[in-house]
Amino acid sequence: MLNKVNKPKLVVIGNGMAGIRTVELLLDRAPDLYDITVFGSEPYGNYNRILLSPVLAGEKTVDDIMLNTEQWYDDNGITLRKGEMIEMIDRRTCEVVTKEGARVPYDRLLIATGSNPIMLPLPGKDLPGVIGFRDIQDVEHMVQASTSYKNAVVIGGGLLGLEAANGLMKRGMTVTVVHLLDTLMERQLDQVAGGLLRKSLEERGMVFKMPAQTEAILGTDRVTGVRFADGEELPADLVVMAVGIRPNFELARKAGLHCERGIVVSDTMQTYDGRIYAVGECVQHRRQTYGLVAPLFDQAKVCANHLAMKGFATYDGSVVSTKLKVTGIDLFSAGDFAPGADKEEIVMQDASRGVYKRIILRDKKIVGAVLYGDTIDGPWYFQHLRDGTDVSHMRERLVFGAANLGDGGHSGNNSVAAMSDDTEICGCNGVCKGTIVKAISEKKLFTIDDVRAHTKASSSCGSCTGLVEQVLAFTLGGDYSAAPKVKPMCACTDHSHDDARRVIVENGLKTIPDVMKFMDWKTANGCHSCRPALNYYLLATWPGEYRDDQQSRYINERVHANIQKDGTYSVVPRMWGGVTTPDELRAIADVADKFNIPTVKVTGGQRIDLLGVKKEDLPAVWADLNAAGMVSGHAYAKGLRTVKTCVGSEWCRFGTQDSTGLGVKLEKFMWGSWTPAKVKLAVSGCPRNCAEATCKDVGVVCVDSGYEIHFAGAAGLHIKGTEFLTKVATEEETLEIIAALTQLYREQGWYLERMYKWCDRIGLDAIRKQVVDDVANRKALFSRFAHSQQFSQSDPWAARAQRGVDRNEFTPLAELELA
Amino acid sequence: MTKWIEIGTLNDIPVLGSRVVRTASGDIAVFRTSDDEVFALDDRCPHKGGPLSQGIVHNKRVTCPLHNFVIELKSGTAVAPDEGCTRAHPTKVENGVVWLSVQTAVAVPAE
Repeated sequence: MLNKVNKPKLVVIGNGMAGIRTVELLLDRAPDLYDITVFGSEPYGNYNRILLSPVLAGEKTVDDIMLNTEQWYDDNGITLRKGEMIEMIDRRTCEVVTKEGARVPYDRLLIATGSNPIMLPLPGKDLPGVIGFRDIQDVEHMVQASTSYKNAVVIGGGLLGLEAANGLMKRGMTVTVVHLLDTLMERQLDQVAGGLLRKSLEERGMVFKMPAQTEAILGTDRVTGVRFADGEELPADLVVMAVGIRPNFELARKAGLHCERGIVVSDTMQTYDGRIYAVGECVQHRRQTYGLVAPLFDQAKVCANHLAMKGFATYDGSVVSTKLKVTGIDLFSAGDFAPGADKEEIVMQDASRGVYKRIILRDKKIVGAVLYGDTIDGPWYFQHLRDGTDVSHMRERLVFGAANLGDGGHSGNNSVAAMSDDTEICGCNGVCKGTIVKAISEKKLFTIDDVRAHTKASSSCGSCTGLVEQVLAFTLGGDYSAAPKVKPMCACTDHSHDDARRVIVENGLKTIPDVMKFMDWKTANGCHSCRPALNYYLLATWPGEYRDDQQSRYINERVHANIQKDGTYSVVPRMWGGVTTPDELRAIADVADKFNIPTVKVTGGQRIDLLGVKKEDLPAVWADLNAAGMVSGHAYAKGLRTVKTCVGSEWCRFGTQDSTGLGVKLEKFMWGSWTPAKVKLAVSGCPRNCAEATCKDVGVVCVDSGYEIHFAGAAGLHIKGTEFLTKVATEEETLEIIAALTQLYREQGWYLERMYKWCDRIGLDAIRKQVVDDVANRKALFSRFAHSQQFSQSDPWAARAQRGVDRNEFTPLAELELA
Repeated sequence: MTKWIEIGTLNDIPVLGSRVVRTASGDIAVFRTSDDEVFALDDRCPHKGGPLSQGIVHNKRVTCPLHNFVIELKSGTAVAPDEGCTRAHPTKVENGVVWLSVQTAVAVPAE
């Protein structure tokens, strides 16, 4: 470890959330790189400024919202100079100068001076009792005032003003909110939602004077009232100005750094002087300034990467969403919802339930969303907004959202606000709301990933993610959990799945180590999450050429059986189209007897499952099944699993086509193919749809005149009917289109992304165009699928049972007689 | 006094993989990293007893196949924030031969 003398010096001006978040991330990436000094004007460590509202409302204490205690600075060798103000930055000598005249040299400087509340230049603005709402001192001032005074006036009906008013009301004051315009929170809300909000706040006792312009603050020794432009006067013992914030960039401006509405920074968070970085509210990036927490964390991440001399991360701006931190009011808004000729709106309003949703679309994409009263889908809309998803195929159900929520396992809850602490949120791992809240508060968790790691909530099936995100936003007071625009594959890399797929193709990368090297993986051999993904991408990209890496496969695919809770395995032989024979059934029964297999069960996909097979018995079990003509059913695979059928025209009074036969043909053609996630098919012989084809990844519904092809359905975590793809006249066309569709999915899907999610991401129109309309492209996709099948259609069971492949996998290395 | 038992050759264990050694008191999973280091742990995840030998090996860790607990190969402890510990057994590799010393006493490895 370097000693302090030799280390470059990093000086941070500003001990707030942006600056310290950057320092934390920097320590994470390069723990010993800098000798760090932090200057903070407030006499505290770093605290969560967003939670000042709950502190004011008496729901939290100052201790609750401390993010970094002074101990933390000590433990990390950081010099904290609290209560010291910086007077100037001397760029010539690379020093900062404190008010007392002390000079502190820097090699790198980080400006994170935040912003100041705008104080309206009204007569009387300097009277005692007139304050802003920005820091702990302001809150203490308000709490103090509430104990000895009665009347408060809050100027400003925005987010901060309403939170201040709510807090003061909870402290027992009579509060009037004065707002210049006729809509509350007009930046985040439209008129209807603003009206609903006003109504709920009025029900709680808040009084509004709007639209109204304040003319003067009255009083001599202390504020006594407020006068408006219309001549009306209100008594006031406390006036809180919450009309906005102004980036605080005086220091930077005086040092000659280019400033406009904030300190102008590049995509790497550097000012015009490359040694000087700036993050947070004091910054202007691509003409935008930000006053919310999520973007500031995005900036901190990029800045830390750059300071740590790691990686290529750049900041390309943030789309922000807002939540109001008034307990019991559910409000979510994101993006741009100003009316415009090029925009369309989908609106749902149910006044008696107090629910209002407005989704704003432009060019088939979500550009804005306002939700009131039911905000569970906020994160889901927000994700689509950021991703620029084509949502035209979900239009009719878009306003009902719910795609972020699985369809079972949380007792129908869709809002955490009213939940008691002992309500179970994660049905997979049995995690209650209270446990999550406690972990977030005590362990200082900020992201959904943090919560998953510490509590296991939302870490299994993910259906409660929306609820967990709500708890997070609720507990922290900000939308920290917004998934980044480009979601990294895992902690081993900053690259997304799309990046990896593209880089593999463009650069002809042929092995996992090559990909990791080329893309600057942060870990030597990746992890259980990225290795299987890369293995699949290589396999799908280079069929016949790439050698499957067994050690990068999840155990089920490595040993071609499904691991069970006790470490035994289950074995599912293939039954083409769900059809079996007496001989096959006899062979299955004999195997079950011979190997003492405890459970024989019929699956949902029309097959038979043998459960509780010991790993070392697997090859022998397979050998017996092979002898009866059966092969692996790939029940363990991210690949083609079952093709469920009805009996169709062969037997059924109503059957229009030979659905069983078509199912068998599909399965014989497609078995063995690896796909991003499992793929289940079904073929029904008539619109009665006995094979339930309309909730499968791909489904065929036979009709008298031909075959309807549907896809992107689901009936597990989410219940989702399929999308209609096209209708064709012959079995051959059906087969060609389904194979082409599957190939497109194989080439575009992210690992573990089910077909319905892929369709959501890519868009139905885009998929239909490539698979149906563009015949040449369809044929090309089909032939790529057929080519790849040459290499994947050999029974993995036979290889292991008869040719001794992977023999090591099924035998112990040694058996020890221990004394 | 450490008692070493020869259990096989380095090449018997796949790189970034594992093999099982059977003993009367339960299986021991023997892992090989990409740097040809060899580690041995009881083949039981501290979480719900999952067979660690069946997990994906990365760096000096293994991810349990049942619920993705990540276990340090050297110490047998779960990577934070998960908690728990499985017993580790000393190993050594000499001239391509792998030796194991089976710990029968309950030992809690140091951090």
